[in-house]
Amino acid sequence: MTENASLLLGRLGLDALPFYSWVAFSGALVTLAGGVGFLVLVTWLGQWRALWTGWLTSVDHKRIGIMYIVLALVMLVRGFVDAIMMRLQQAMSYNREGYLPPEHFEQIFSSHGTIMIFFMAMPFMTGLLNYIIPLQIGARDVAFPVLNAISFWLTFAGAGLMLISLVIGKFSTAGWTGYPPYSGVEFTPGVGVDYWIWSILVSGVGTTMTGINFVVTILRKRAPGMLLMRMPLFTWTGLCSSILIIFAFPALTVSTTMLALDRTLGMHFFTNDGGGNVMNYMNLFWIWGHPEVYILILPAFGIFSEVVATFSSKRLFGYPSLVYATAVIAVLSFTVWLHHFFTMGAGANVNAIFGIATMVIAVPTGVKVFDWLFTMFRGRIRFEPPMLFTIGFMCLFVIGGMSGVLLAIPPINYSTHNTTFLVAHFHNMIIPGVLFGYLAGYMYWFPKAFGFQLDRVWGARSFWFWMIGFLLAFMPLYALGLMGMPRRLETYGNPEWQPLLIVAFVGACLILMGIISLVMQLWVSVKNRKALVDQTGDPWDGRTLEWSMPSPPPIWNFDNVPVVSSRDAFHEAKLSGIPLPAAEEDSPLSVPKNSVMGPCMGVAGMCIGFGAVWYIWWLAFAGLAIAVAAIIGRSFVQSTENDVSFKRGATTT
Amino acid sequence: MWQAFNLMLLVVVPVILLTLFFAWRYRAAGGKGAYRPDWDRSPIIEVTVWGIPIVMIGILATWVWDKTHALDPYKPLPGSEPLRIEAIALDWKWLFIYPDLNIATVNELAFPVGKPLSFRITSEVAMNSFMIPALGGQIYAMAGMETQLNLQADEIGTMQGRNMQFSGDGFAGQTFEALSMSQDDFDAWLSNVRQSNSHLDTASYADISKPSTDAPVRYFSTVPPDFFSKRVAHFMGMEHEHNPNVKAADQ
Ligand code: HEM
Ligand SMILES: [Cu+2]
Ligand SMILES: [Cu+2]
Repeated sequence: MTENASLLLGRLGLDALPFYSWVAFSGALVTLAGGVGFLVLVTWLGQWRALWTGWLTSVDHKRIGIMYIVLALVMLVRGFVDAIMMRLQQAMSYNREGYLPPEHFEQIFSSHGTIMIFFMAMPFMTGLLNYIIPLQIGARDVAFPVLNAISFWLTFAGAGLMLISLVIGKFSTAGWTGYPPYSGVEFTPGVGVDYWIWSILVSGVGTTMTGINFVVTILRKRAPGMLLMRMPLFTWTGLCSSILIIFAFPALTVSTTMLALDRTLGMHFFTNDGGGNVMNYMNLFWIWGHPEVYILILPAFGIFSEVVATFSSKRLFGYPSLVYATAVIAVLSFTVWLHHFFTMGAGANVNAIFGIATMVIAVPTGVKVFDWLFTMFRGRIRFEPPMLFTIGFMCLFVIGGMSGVLLAIPPINYSTHNTTFLVAHFHNMIIPGVLFGYLAGYMYWFPKAFGFQLDRVWGARSFWFWMIGFLLAFMPLYALGLMGMPRRLETYGNPEWQPLLIVAFVGACLILMGIISLVMQLWVSVKNRKALVDQTGDPWDGRTLEWSMPSPPPIWNFDNVPVVSSRDAFHEAKLSGIPLPAAEEDSPLSVPKNSVMGPCMGVAGMCIGFGAVWYIWWLAFAGLAIAVAAIIGRSFVQSTENDVSFKRGATTT
Repeated sequence: MWQAFNLMLLVVVPVILLTLFFAWRYRAAGGKGAYRPDWDRSPIIEVTVWGIPIVMIGILATWVWDKTHALDPYKPLPGSEPLRIEAIALDWKWLFIYPDLNIATVNELAFPVGKPLSFRITSEVAMNSFMIPALGGQIYAMAGMETQLNLQADEIGTMQGRNMQFSGDGFAGQTFEALSMSQDDFDAWLSNVRQSNSHLDTASYADISKPSTDAPVRYFSTVPPDFFSKRVAHFMGMEHEHNPNVKAADQ
């Protein structure tokens, strides 16, 4: 921290502005235009007050859920722009530079991975958990609504830091894993890695609190009679995922904090010299990192379970199996982290044991696939878009599972590690597995949240573009990996690779069409919302409690919390014609009041992060002071709930 | 590899086909199959769907155990006395030291065909991963640490070797040629290297340590004793010395 840091601006200077390359400059311009455009639009529409009271300070889990998903969709577009830029670069960079210099290419793969994992997939998942789980278990809100808002705002602050890095300064070049010693000051002295560290640190704190919130919500706020073994599978997977968050995220927080200490205060946890040891970072990082992929995919499994039962018009096959399989996966996910570095030189015993442990996870995962398969068996399958994504998932996911088992075999891993085979494998799990699941959930629950359905035709188009685009974009990478092409490669001299990379680029273009179809679907549906309106609150003939209330639900969710006496209780009530009995409640119907805690913490997080990145220490301390002041201030707020009993029975908010 | 692949295809292909078949047969619009909306359990199916993956993974697991031990990169290869080679990753090139022949090269690795090669690998910079795809797997190169790899070429030819682990701006070009040659050609190559009037010493090491991309091949006709071990050891001291001629770590 010597490089002429000024007290006022730290190491921030005019050279931080992206005038050094047209690609960087256009990126900054688009980001700025997006931000400014949004502000102008809100002002133009005169909606600041509505935005502030209806959304920004809201602690309603449904509003927060929607904000998470909006954030995720925006970041999906941002992450995809990175992806298609890399595809274009590699399609043209045989024996020449391409259009991206190395440093820029490095920033792009780093920001793509970081955005997709932390600011697309995580918020998408958290948003769906937020919106749906309280409705599925018969709760009026999450256990800690204000904490929930704080979690969202910390995630937002992290994403904000990422976006700022596009305009002011540069992003990390160290990949989404940030491996030292490369990510140490000796090799990457600029602000890039610090941006990476602070954006995931700040959002990671938010995620940890989300985990705590949902474990408590699911364990403590269920409707009477909603026994654990009667919970919908999405709730079950949300529970397991939240437990994983609680245990895994501290490892990420610790490893990135230690890296920050190395970089900022000159410590030596992970440096080459001074007694540091990079292997400790890799272990810590993957002790978080492997559970992280299950944190992402378990809720997607939950969504597939709901969707496949609903659209097969049939009870879910093998519910207990699915629950136990989920729990087994959650536990085992902590036992396999070493498979990310078989090539570090551990002995054959260690590698073999971790390889076998990894394969063991394939057992419960395989069971799940069979259970979905037999849910379709002797059903009546409706090919609505969520079901299309589910069927696509089942076909593609088993391929990814197979490549995963191959990677888990150490002697094979020695050759495929760090190649595009690995890139193909994890995209094969994460696009059909995670993203298709979330998109299915988005289309499935959209009518619940907004009171009208999404257009089917554009939904189906989007599915086909994603499906075929995925195959074209990633199957060639399996082949390239076997041919020895390393990942993160900016240029190459092997003529055999180029045709396959061009195919992959075409695949990315089809995925682009898939994303455009998603936008079109939203646009067309909003335009036709009168025709697509969902009057019953139960457009799909659903089975779980969220379909028992009007769409969109009133802010307090349930006029009367139901008493549940079986799995699929709502579906049975519909069949028998007898509504679910209402539980006796001893407190008046009340909802938590709006709170500025969330935005305050978001601002605090942003100041701390930005200050720490640029060594503007007064700003970082100001952020800390805001956070402390907000917490103290909050403790003086006496009345935190609004009594809305008088509104009970009105069906709209 | 193909064994494991085929074994899994036995499960994966039927799953994909069954998914498509069920989707078609039980479609709501015009599907023909029976409709059993309340059917949600079957002990036979449950046992089978847990059983099949368990058996399959069981078979794979024993296979993995054997193969991982048989193909352990640290395990010396059978046959004649191996040729010892020490590889040091630099930004962004490879230095190869032949301790028994007292020579060193940059970005060119020659060896006699059929001869077992025994590598010791380390890095002077960020983490690298050493690999010659045509010969076998990769192993990390980490500063202050030594990893090992045993390889052998069964045919004469020129192969590409490279760093597989992203390590900075010159990563894409961090490749080298691995030349598998007859014993005679190797002897000729060796005497050619010995003719070089460059010697690996403090000055020349500092020179090649400077970050550079697509570095040219270089030959060094002599190498100081224990050079590799000293490069590994010098990181272990607590001193903040990044200069290659540190002596401290000698023992
Ligand atoms: C939408 C289509 C997508 C395309 C075309 C795409 C393409 C790519 C490409 C070209 C790379 C670099 C590969 C290399 O290093 O050679 C990459 C890396 C990566 N992608 Fe994607 N991707 C997509 C979606 C996603 C999604 C949805 C996620 C996660 C939720 C994701 C996570 C990652 C990660 C973690 C990396 C590794 C970054 C690193 O090397 O540090 N990608 N992707
Ligand atoms: Cu893993
Ligand atoms: Cu030092």
